[in-house]
Amino acid sequence: MTDGAKTIIGIRSVTKRFNGNVLAVDDVSLDIKSGEFFALLGPSGCGKTTLLRMIAGFEVPSDGSVEIDGQVVDDVPPNKRPVNMVFQSYAVFPHMTVADNVAYGLKMDGVSSSEAKGRVEEALGLVQLPGYGERMPDQLSGGQRQRVALARALVKRPKVLLLDEPLSALDAKLREAMQLELRNLQAKVGITFVMVTHDQDEALSMADRVAVMESGRVRQLAAPRDLYEFPNCRFVADFIGKMNLFEGVVKSSAGSEISVGIDGIGDVRLPFDGSAQGKIGIAIRPEKAMVTADKPSDEDCLSLEGQVTQVAYYGNESHVFVKTASGLDFSVTTQNNERSVVAATNPGDRRWVSWRRKDTLVLAE
Amino acid sequence: MAKRKGLFGRDPAGPLDYLRKWPLLTVMIATFVFLYVPLLTLMAFSFNDSRRNIVWRGFTTEYYGKLFNNTDLMIAFGNSLTIALFSTFFSLILGAMVAILLWRFRFPMKPFYEGTMALPIVIPEICMGVAMLAFFARIGWPNDLVWPISLANITIAHISFTFPFVAVIVRARLAGFNREQEEACRDLGAGDWEVYRDVIIPHMKPGLVAGGLLAFTLSLDDFVITFFTSGPETVTFPVKVYSMVRFSVTPEVNAASTVLIVITVFLTAIAMWLQNKGAEKK
Ligand SMILES: Nc1ncnc2c1ncn2[C@@H]1O[C@H](COP(=O)(O)OP(=O)(O)OP(=O)(O)O)[C@@H](O)[C@H]1O
Ligand SMILES: [Mg+2]
Repeated sequence: MTDGAKTIIGIRSVTKRFNGNVLAVDDVSLDIKSGEFFALLGPSGCGKTTLLRMIAGFEVPSDGSVEIDGQVVDDVPPNKRPVNMVFQSYAVFPHMTVADNVAYGLKMDGVSSSEAKGRVEEALGLVQLPGYGERMPDQLSGGQRQRVALARALVKRPKVLLLDEPLSALDAKLREAMQLELRNLQAKVGITFVMVTHDQDEALSMADRVAVMESGRVRQLAAPRDLYEFPNCRFVADFIGKMNLFEGVVKSSAGSEISVGIDGIGDVRLPFDGSAQGKIGIAIRPEKAMVTADKPSDEDCLSLEGQVTQVAYYGNESHVFVKTASGLDFSVTTQNNERSVVAATNPGDRRWVSWRRKDTLVLAE
Repeated sequence: MAKRKGLFGRDPAGPLDYLRKWPLLTVMIATFVFLYVPLLTLMAFSFNDSRRNIVWRGFTTEYYGKLFNNTDLMIAFGNSLTIALFSTFFSLILGAMVAILLWRFRFPMKPFYEGTMALPIVIPEICMGVAMLAFFARIGWPNDLVWPISLANITIAHISFTFPFVAVIVRARLAGFNREQEEACRDLGAGDWEVYRDVIIPHMKPGLVAGGLLAFTLSLDDFVITFFTSGPETVTFPVKVYSMVRFSVTPEVNAASTVLIVITVFLTAIAMWLQNKGAEKK
């Protein structure tokens, strides 16, 4: 994929303070590789938009610097940067036709109108709006307006396309369709995409790599699978997907195994490659655990007995909530891949919750 | 339970159906009577076939003919139009710039500036008129200039009280501007000037049209301020009508007033329509 590809955007120890005290971005360093689909993911107010706007040039870092294609661009105004942005509100110019909107950036670059015409047509085709050139923006749906905004940015052939929550204004169905389409579009044009989102499904399904941010800092930067399977801290483990999180204390660690005392579970041995001491977090994904009537005999499994408190039925899956004898709340996702499964677990039943040792996550932070 | 009847014998009025309960209805009817009956009477009697304004004698358009043959009145009307056109033009420029200043920039004493800027809207016209008269007399403004230039002092007076209206309307329009539009424009390669030309001014346009029309009508039918600033050679339409009324209220005056009302209502209606249209689009 992108290993070994050259860095197109370099964020070098960038800090942004607003009005001298609001710390929006806190000492962030990261490399965005040429040609990748990069996502900035995080809860509201964590500084994603601010970071993106510093790449676009609408905000100036209080500290550190931004490099685009190897050049420090801190003194370069937005209209001179080789990046383009798709805004959250799309910001399609309402008084211009679709074609004039798309041609606007080319006009600013002094591209001849005959060449611009061809490129506008091409760009509109790319976003599947061929022949919409003469329409006015208020004759378009929200999704179509977004495509115009995309075409308008792409037609300039930027080195990087920046997207701020591009899908948040669309309804669920359209959003799913656009996720796929954006992904395909990116593969087709080969331009680096940097997308801001607070929707983890969006980030995981679309991006090559995701940076998870929390209060101005990047907590983890990884490919979606690694982010989900190997979160490096409690925040990421909790933020991405659902997670059963428990507290534990390291008893001893030797080689690739660690011995941990977990509150409410007891002492267990877990596979672990890093180094950890003192208090740690223990995490198990709900879908990696099972609910069974009898205690599993498998040596590789850890198991707890408890009582089912609630079963939430979602059609394809059910979320079973179990309270263990030691007082832990455990949630397990079960696939309803047989009709008989659905009625098998009910609130009040005594059940065993079990999971494999190797699916247990040890979180040092 | 007995069926309750409303004011008009239909189903009872709901809690918010104020117009179907007598107190507000009375106020509304009184408003219509005292506001519109005099206006409609005035218009009707402009078609009255009689020198006197009391008894209806039959329909005629004679006084409209007389009106258009009254050279003094036509000259006054020409003056009014000229003044209105020039003062609208300059009010638009000044008002738009003030609106942009207040919308876009932060500077010390901004609330104070905003307050003084809007002063001509609230200040009694008679005070403005007297102040203008004193001002032009004090600086020794010449009274014997050739025609269009002789209207300059009235035009200046008009600009000074109409531009705040333009500023307020355009400022309100700018409040609905999506800053991302400007950023998108910059992002696509535009500099400051292009941002104004291609995004901000087009957005301001409905406000400019509405403000311009308002400034035009305000200038066209202004009496008080004009009265104090006009000289014997620079009589405007409302001032001329006033001088005609001083002798007697003839149907000719009615006709002149009707013309003025029609122009004013027409322009105001366009201004309001444009403003609503702008608000809908957002
Ligand atoms: N212009 C500004 N002036 C002052 N503070 C600001 C400004 N812009 C952002 N902030 C603050 O910086 C922090 C990060 O804001 P930012 O918009 O980057 O968050 P975000 O991650 O994009 O959140 P969201 O998902 O809600 O859009 C917030 O606390 C915000 O209040
Ligand atoms: Mg944001």
